[in-house]
Amino acid sequence: MPTVGVKRDLLFKALGRTYTDEEFDELCFEFGLELDEITSEKEIISREQGDSKASGASDTILYKIDVPANRYDLLCLEGLVRGLQVFKNTLEAPRYRRVSPSSGEPQKLVITKETAAVRPHAVAAVLRNITFTQERYDSFIELQEKLHQNICRKRSLVAIGTHDLDTISGPFTYTAKPPGDISFKPLNQTKEYTATQLMSLYKTDSHLRHYLHIIEDKPVYPVIYDSNGIVLSMPPIINGDHSKITLKTKNVFIECTATDVTKAKIVLDMMVTMFSEYCSQPFTVEEAEVVYPDGKTYKYPELAYRKEKLSSEFINRKVGINESTEKIAQLLTRMCLLSQATGVGDEIEVEIPPTRSDIIHACDIMEDAAMAYGFNNIPRTTPRTYTVANQVPGFSSACLMCCSQEDIAEKLAKKISETKAVHISNPKTAEFQVARTTLLPGLLKTIAANRKMPLPLKLFEISDVVLKDETKDVGARNSRRFCAVYYNKSPGFEVIHGLLDRTMQLLEVKSVRGDGYHIQAADGKKALRGNTLSFIWSCVSYSTFFPGRCAEIFVRGKSVGRLGVLHPDVINRFELTMPCSALEMDIEPFL
Amino acid sequence: NWVMADTGVVETLLRLIEKVDDGVDSLEVAASLGVDHQVIVGAVKSLQALGDIISAELRSSKHWELTEEGTEIAEQGSHEARVFSSIPLEGLAQSELMKLSFGKIGFSKAMSNKWIRVDKSHEGGPRIFKTVESIDDQVREKLLLVKKANTAQLEEKEKNELKKRKLLSEVTVKSYWISKGISFSTTITKQETELTPEMVANGSWKEKKFKPYNFEAMGVAPDCGHLHPLMKVRTQFRQIFLEMGFTEMPTNNFIESSFWNFDSLFQPQQHPARDQHDTFFLSDPALAHEFPQDYLERVKKVHSEGGFGSQGYKYDWKIEEAQKNILRTHTTAVSARMLYKLAQQKFTPVKYFSIDRVFRNETLDATHLAEFHQIEGVVADYGLTLGDLMGILHQFFTKLGITKLRFKPAYNPYTEPSMEVFSYHEGLKKWVEVGNSGVFRPEMLLPMGLPEDVSVIAWGLSLERPTMIKYGINNIRELVGHKVNLQMVYDSPICRLES
Repeated sequence: MPTVGVKRDLLFKALGRTYTDEEFDELCFEFGLELDEITSEKEIISREQGDSKASGASDTILYKIDVPANRYDLLCLEGLVRGLQVFKNTLEAPRYRRVSPSSGEPQKLVITKETAAVRPHAVAAVLRNITFTQERYDSFIELQEKLHQNICRKRSLVAIGTHDLDTISGPFTYTAKPPGDISFKPLNQTKEYTATQLMSLYKTDSHLRHYLHIIEDKPVYPVIYDSNGIVLSMPPIINGDHSKITLKTKNVFIECTATDVTKAKIVLDMMVTMFSEYCSQPFTVEEAEVVYPDGKTYKYPELAYRKEKLSSEFINRKVGINESTEKIAQLLTRMCLLSQATGVGDEIEVEIPPTRSDIIHACDIMEDAAMAYGFNNIPRTTPRTYTVANQVPGFSSACLMCCSQEDIAEKLAKKISETKAVHISNPKTAEFQVARTTLLPGLLKTIAANRKMPLPLKLFEISDVVLKDETKDVGARNSRRFCAVYYNKSPGFEVIHGLLDRTMQLLEVKSVRGDGYHIQAADGKKALRGNTLSFIWSCVSYSTFFPGRCAEIFVRGKSVGRLGVLHPDVINRFELTMPCSALEMDIEPFL
Repeated sequence: NWVMADTGVVETLLRLIEKVDDGVDSLEVAASLGVDHQVIVGAVKSLQALGDIISAELRSSKHWELTEEGTEIAEQGSHEARVFSSIPLEGLAQSELMKLSFGKIGFSKAMSNKWIRVDKSHEGGPRIFKTVESIDDQVREKLLLVKKANTAQLEEKEKNELKKRKLLSEVTVKSYWISKGISFSTTITKQETELTPEMVANGSWKEKKFKPYNFEAMGVAPDCGHLHPLMKVRTQFRQIFLEMGFTEMPTNNFIESSFWNFDSLFQPQQHPARDQHDTFFLSDPALAHEFPQDYLERVKKVHSEGGFGSQGYKYDWKIEEAQKNILRTHTTAVSARMLYKLAQQKFTPVKYFSIDRVFRNETLDATHLAEFHQIEGVVADYGLTLGDLMGILHQFFTKLGITKLRFKPAYNPYTEPSMEVFSYHEGLKKWVEVGNSGVFRPEMLLPMGLPEDVSVIAWGLSLERPTMIKYGINNIRELVGHKVNLQMVYDSPICRLES
């Protein structure tokens, strides 16, 4: 969930009233926001870098507000204020309009076919006669950053470039070139670099290095030129220094390059709907033309208003309320969804503005009606769904499912290739290389972490392991196991054996060969030949046990597991010092 | 650290006490018997264990003792006296004297006592001569007095002076003042620790004395199994679901395809949760190979083009993304499979639940693990409302002892509306989040083939969080994984969530 930081006093000024922290918290809760933290720049710096660094920093109070991940229209002060004011009925939602330039042709961005290999889409627009202040400027930059981090998926889907239009001249060309052929002075640098040089320069940049991978391996890099060959930007990495925005900038050219054109349109709409407020004609945006390599021309920003029709009965039924059509239209209007009863039955016509890209289905409209009604005002009812309860025989355990390869293989004196283990491709630590194929390592590690406890230690676990299995759609399956370990000054094989007997007694399996269960000395030679068992025995193997101290468990003639005294090498590898006997068996047949 | 007194010492001690009117000091007894004091202490302890035969009062007394150097002087004389006696009539070269171990210290003391003189102008270097015929080695005399425990004859000033010279030290000695007890006797009967079958059979218990029990001590822990607290809380949650008529879903498939974990839930392929940083992907088996083909086509369509009343996400949906195998990130993947299965038959309302493991590629800390347990409840029926979801959540949480609930609008890719569930925490005096809930989106349900007027409401919470709160555990690693504290497992009480 993205967090937006706004200056409290600035927020209250824009909202036209003040709130206590509690009141504002309450308002946020109702509106689906969360007042996450009340802080100041000073406090943040002092927390992150120490008190000494914080002296002199501003102690203006900041509200950190958590915004739902799909509400891009609330990612800046301007949007938050607009949303809350409309919600509180103190403002009518503005109408955003795309206009043609008052004189001359619209700005043109021409896409060349070379971009297809790296970043094929672009959209653009112009904010005309805008007035920046320091706060507006900061918010403008901050919104780009928030969009980049969220909907733009760290610039991989969309990258935004904003430029002082008066420093450049169209038509603009969006093309892609080999990095050696691109050369310009990037933002906040004093000299020109080739794209190749830039990539190595930014390797150590704490911010930009995260975006390099998006184009690094491509033969050509995206680049936008003006008609004089000035570089506007090399998306998605950096803008040119030449066209940078300042507080004095009057006319802003916005371009978004993308791999996902739908998202690019949304991002551009967000940028212009939020900041056209500060244009001489508020909420108007000057169109720009984008020409694709096939000659097709598109006008942006789209600023599309979509109309949906639904019935108030639908809303009432889904939410569980009983409100009039007019009342529901009012509720929706408070969510920036201008609505009215059409007069045809209980039909409501809802207009979805370009700021609400999150509304993609009638259920989204229904949710907004519920929010405006107040979730906590909805009567709580009991569904009359009649069902009969049923349970799956199941256990779960507290040992971790993931572990290192070593745990399930080398430490148990076997090869990883013998284990049928499922491998994880992106573990952050060695503890997450594989899903366990045996419960034994978890129990032995638990004993190692609890060596201070009085002896004997008797642990058991009934839980799932994961094994590769080609017959399943995902190529793997869970298998339920029972594992027990006895750790004492003497191996206590009889204790573990006794546990097996008791378990079988409870499972109503008699101690007889054939129909019941029995154990017999495991055959090391056969185990080495690898053709011992009908049951795919992927957990404790013969080599895990002390020679001559390992027995195989047979139930109704089938091998289901092993028990015995652990091999001293295995004991040592788990940093244990006492003899230890163990049992592990498959219990799927008993479920 | 004391040795069991042998019977001889015990009997001698008892006879000594019998003779005196008041009592004896254990130190004196040790001195008079010529045994180590610890032997007497041992005898006292074993007599005490037999009851009130003797009474022993612990005392501490200070007394003076010779240091190592003091002992040497008491035996061989003071350094100055030894200097004096080592000088022959014809005198001794100073250099020769200084070679002796006591030479240096003894020389200056003997000089200040005016027992000796130095002839510096003597040919062959300075030479030392006696100035008196005989001396009185008072230091040695005093130390001998201390050694014979006649310290009383010394003045305080003298003792302190010797202490300053590190010849004496004051030590605290612990001893027992031993006197006759209420049931004093010089013959001891051995006390029995326990009643034996023989005693019962032959009646000998009548003549025996029994050692009293120590009722202050802890009993021996019963030999029984212990369930992990997480399992106890899990059992409780299961019970609640079963009481509410929910059927448990089979959750024994930790490996899941991205298709069932994300795509079927209308979670777009660019969603951050599908990032390498958030989800464990598999390298082997890397891909799932089997999907219900027509359903997959409908999922693809709803993502990329929309349909079922939806605008869709309008992006290029790729089968390659859907095939990627992962460790499931939520049990909702199981719910998706169950709902799909349900949609393939004539619809009947269902209530499902599951409690099982899920996996997130998280950076680990005190409250986050890469594996945890998710509790999930799902109800599918005709005409369910948002009010129904709140009502059922109210019932569920009431069974947990949580009655004050409120709901915050939230965002979740597969539910709409989505609500975070908050409960009022009496201890913290604030609202805390206890779970998440919502109504599954039509874009998830309709491609499965569920009837249009069926709604599915669902909620989820983690098992670890309530368990940590219930058992007062602050670090999740003490609860889950092999670093679990077994003592905590042994000690934790029965789980009754409402208490």
